[in-house]
Amino acid sequence: MNSSDYAYLSNYGVYTAMALFAVAFVAHAVEVAFSVRNLEEKTKFDFSRTKRSGDLGTVMIVLGFISLLLAVIFRGVSAERVPWGNMYEFSITGALAFTGAYIFALWKYKIKWLGLPVAISILLTLGTAITVLYVPSAPLVPALKSAWLVIHVSAAIISGGVFLLANCIAGTYLILDRYEERGGRPEWALKLPSLESLDQLTYRLVALVFPLWTFAVIAGAIWAEAAWGRYWGWDPKETWAFITWVAYAAYLHARVTVGWRGRKAAWLCLFAGSTFLFNYVYVNIWGTGKHTYSGL
Amino acid sequence: MTTNTELDARSSIRWLWRQLTSMRTALILLLLLGVAAIPGSLFPQRTQNPLAVSDYFKSNPGTAKFLDQLQIFDVYSSPWFSAIYILLFVSLIGCVLPRTFEHLKGIRAIPSLTPKNLNRMEFHTEVVEGTLDGAEAWLRKNRFRIRRDAHSISAEKGFMRETGNLLFHLSLILVLVGVALGSLYGMKGDAIINVGERFINTPTSYDVISFGKLQSEKSLNPFSITATNFKATYDLVTGAPSDFKLNANVANEIGTTEKSQVVRVNSPLTFGSTKVYLQANGYSPLVTVRDKTGEIKYQGAVIFLPQDGNLTSIGAIKVPDMQPQIGFIGSFTPTYERGEGGGAISSYPEVLDPRLLLSIWTGDLGLDSGNPQSVYRLNTSEMKRIGLKTLKLNETHDFGDGSITFEGWTPWVNLQIVSDPGKIYALLGSILAILGLLMSLFTRSRRIWIKENQSKSGVEVAGLAKNAAPGLENEIASLVIKMKG
Ligand code: HEM
Repeated sequence: MNSSDYAYLSNYGVYTAMALFAVAFVAHAVEVAFSVRNLEEKTKFDFSRTKRSGDLGTVMIVLGFISLLLAVIFRGVSAERVPWGNMYEFSITGALAFTGAYIFALWKYKIKWLGLPVAISILLTLGTAITVLYVPSAPLVPALKSAWLVIHVSAAIISGGVFLLANCIAGTYLILDRYEERGGRPEWALKLPSLESLDQLTYRLVALVFPLWTFAVIAGAIWAEAAWGRYWGWDPKETWAFITWVAYAAYLHARVTVGWRGRKAAWLCLFAGSTFLFNYVYVNIWGTGKHTYSGL
Repeated sequence: MTTNTELDARSSIRWLWRQLTSMRTALILLLLLGVAAIPGSLFPQRTQNPLAVSDYFKSNPGTAKFLDQLQIFDVYSSPWFSAIYILLFVSLIGCVLPRTFEHLKGIRAIPSLTPKNLNRMEFHTEVVEGTLDGAEAWLRKNRFRIRRDAHSISAEKGFMRETGNLLFHLSLILVLVGVALGSLYGMKGDAIINVGERFINTPTSYDVISFGKLQSEKSLNPFSITATNFKATYDLVTGAPSDFKLNANVANEIGTTEKSQVVRVNSPLTFGSTKVYLQANGYSPLVTVRDKTGEIKYQGAVIFLPQDGNLTSIGAIKVPDMQPQIGFIGSFTPTYERGEGGGAISSYPEVLDPRLLLSIWTGDLGLDSGNPQSVYRLNTSEMKRIGLKTLKLNETHDFGDGSITFEGWTPWVNLQIVSDPGKIYALLGSILAILGLLMSLFTRSRRIWIKENQSKSGVEVAGLAKNAAPGLENEIASLVIKMKG
């Protein structure tokens, strides 16, 4: 097979993954929508009704993950480099990391209820990637040819996946908090975890990836030093990476040392996560500076 | 009276210090630092893109002047930005140093007394068959720090959490020290050299050079670099570069033996704390200019600056030794193609079909006026244009007062030379910071107490996990099982 065959395979992988995630989305929607219907007693549920639908969603997400993993690998094979050279590639790899983080959290913390927002987020990311951001597979400009690219970008992408997952959970927290304040959760949300465990889970995820994000920023600085002769230049991308770092540090401090819990902490987490997204979307596409490799 | 005001002054300073080193202030400063970094990413910065700044001044003069007073175009070196991070780090030092001493003292200390009421703790159980000895054996095996009193045991684990936390914050200070050293004692400059030429590291060899506030010209390393060969590889379809490679003969001190080395974009040359980076490349056309009698008045490689990705390049050739003086505004296209407007552009960055386009000027070059002039531009205010010509390789053009021959070309490279003695500290600080973070975030810190039951037989067991770290319940359960067994 030659490089364009691999590029085609990679595209098919992305399409297949999208189809699988779409099925997962429907399955999780059914799971959520029909799980507690027609029950007189709201505190006792019969999940067996929709358990299979939820399981189907999980299986589809795992298959989607595998398909996307192959797509990312083939993209790399076709371009003869790591597949992180432009926005399209960052997006599919980011979606992969996000799915991976979800599967990990599912296995470790039993948070299947998150399937619906996760499936929506991945579909949106992949949809944008393949329609708006798509660029053909090509080799890298010399400044990107470095082992630090692999290290820095993989750390950043994994961190991003987990940050987004933490944001999903913090967002869920805020929505449920709102409902509870107004008199109680709606039926579909009754089986979601308690507010405290959502709060705690958000913190765990952030504490888990904060060192990795710190490492990603440092690896980026080392690479910048090797390629451009300075390890830090306040280029927009670097500046926003720093802002994200500071925002998450503030989140950790707010929780650990000032004792913020719940609503305030969740908002701070959402804020920190949005600085990451801003960096990804705004700075890559409209920003200027040495990091603008979006290929658009 | 005096002593009173002195006291007041002292106590208000102490009050200020306490405020500054409080956690809440640190948190606010931390957030503020993030917010303060934003404008620098939205407005062009002088240090990165001076052209964009002057464009901004041209298009919005009023706003630009106002913004400039707020140092919006120099955010990261502005007093207000510096003020925030200096305050943050004073706060950091004020909080972390006392805690470090406290912690060091705590290495030897034994855990504090067992509290009276254990049933208020998070985890609390009563074990009928348990004994203190059984508990102690289990705790020792699991490496708890233990305080054994007559009727109770107080144990704790997770000392590394605070150690890591302090290491992390102290390392941040080290990073900042590294950054400061770099800006005070660093140096940075650019030099363009033609392949075949030698660069000697003295201030006059540079096109641009700047020194840190406490650094001077004398500190330049005595090294020399002779560019022997340069190879750029481009993608045949898109023309995008795929590799740049410079071969150079390098000597640490002029006169010492030269070593042959390769410089690439991601692999600079190193001379102590000075590094030499390959930053850009272009072409210098080789020309010979003769006067009417055929005598050579100028001969050499003239550096032209690239204007696009296909290296369409422009430059100026100045011949002050002719009467009257002659100058050329030139455009070099490595692979010639007629552009849409009829002008010449390059369609590929390698030299496949080169052309040298010249506009020829006569008059006063203005070199003696005392004003410094760009070597890449011709000042035509005192000159008159006498011709236009496109030359192929080895072609000669006679312009009346003399002739010019396009003899060939040589590539040039832009070397960026940077010295940053602080970066090793910044790197060291970063590595320690990550280690500290990992220690702090992944160490579970917890306490366990065991107390003999006064009224009944057996013991009471209780535990407390710092920061609601998970797993204590299981730990206590296995302790209880061990005591029973
Ligand atoms: C004036 C500055 C600062 C002060 C006074 C300060 C103080 C503290 C203190 C007292 C803790 C205790 C945590 C515990 O009790 O376990 C802490 C934790 C922490 N600090 Fe800072 N800090 C400062 C600046 C920073 C900065 C600039 C960052 C990074 C951007 C940072 C990141 C962290 C992190 C990640 C933790 C760990 C949180 C956790 O245990 O989950 N700090 N800090």
